[in-house]
Amino acid sequence: MADPMRIRVAERDGVVNVKVLMSHEMETGQRKDGSGKIVPAHFISKVTATHQGKTVLSANWGPAVAKNPFLEFNFKGGKKGDKIAVTWEDNKGETRTDETTIN
Amino acid sequence: MMDMQRRDVLKKGGGVSLLTLVVAAGWLSPGEALAQAAAWNKAAFDTKTMEETMKALGGSMPAQSKDITFVQTPDIAENGAVVPIGIESKLPGTESITLLIEKNPQPLAASFNIPAGTEPNVSTRVKIGESSDVYALVKADGKFYMAKKEIKITLGGCGG
Repeated sequence: MADPMRIRVAERDGVVNVKVLMSHEMETGQRKDGSGKIVPAHFISKVTATHQGKTVLSANWGPAVAKNPFLEFNFKGGKKGDKIAVTWEDNKGETRTDETTIN
Repeated sequence: MMDMQRRDVLKKGGGVSLLTLVVAAGWLSPGEALAQAAAWNKAAFDTKTMEETMKALGGSMPAQSKDITFVQTPDIAENGAVVPIGIESKLPGTESITLLIEKNPQPLAASFNIPAGTEPNVSTRVKIGESSDVYALVKADGKFYMAKKEIKITLGGCGG
């Protein structure tokens, strides 16, 4: 299981700012290891963020997203105590979901 | 031919919003929805040149728009392995924001779907192999618009 994400949310006048830091190698498939063999691509390909179960952002990523990916966005209509969940899935089918509440 | 592809993209777009509704109605958990949103466009992510990428995304390079801006994005990045990029669209009805890096081995870097209620403003960090033009492609009200910015890299992000 991959390491947990760090999710930080801040609400102001109904607008919620969400910052996510994921823990992932984001291997491009371009790099070679010490013996000259190509390191196979391993990267997060799909990300979904939900607010109270409703999708507020979904993304498809390629291997160009930097190692330990960072994502920031804002959505309207959140209030304190609401639940924010972020799920990612990588190209090997591994997935991880983390949750937090707006405070 | 081009029109046909465009139509396909539109259809897919429609599918996604329906899916969002289904999730909102509580029929699917986010995890299941994620699996269904499998529209990870492999053809587009695998393309090697901007032209091919645009084709795979269903069109040709659209006109530049002043309503799309790069925020907190450097002109010169010392380390190509971690380049912060923020894209903001002021176009009404923005549905998606796609980031392309022209000189990367695969130009398509990331694509974000913006449901209603989410601000058309996303930030992330990417790898950029060498100094390159970076394109922000925005789909708003069913039409594509773009903005571009040159980012100079002093140390590449794709080397061994």
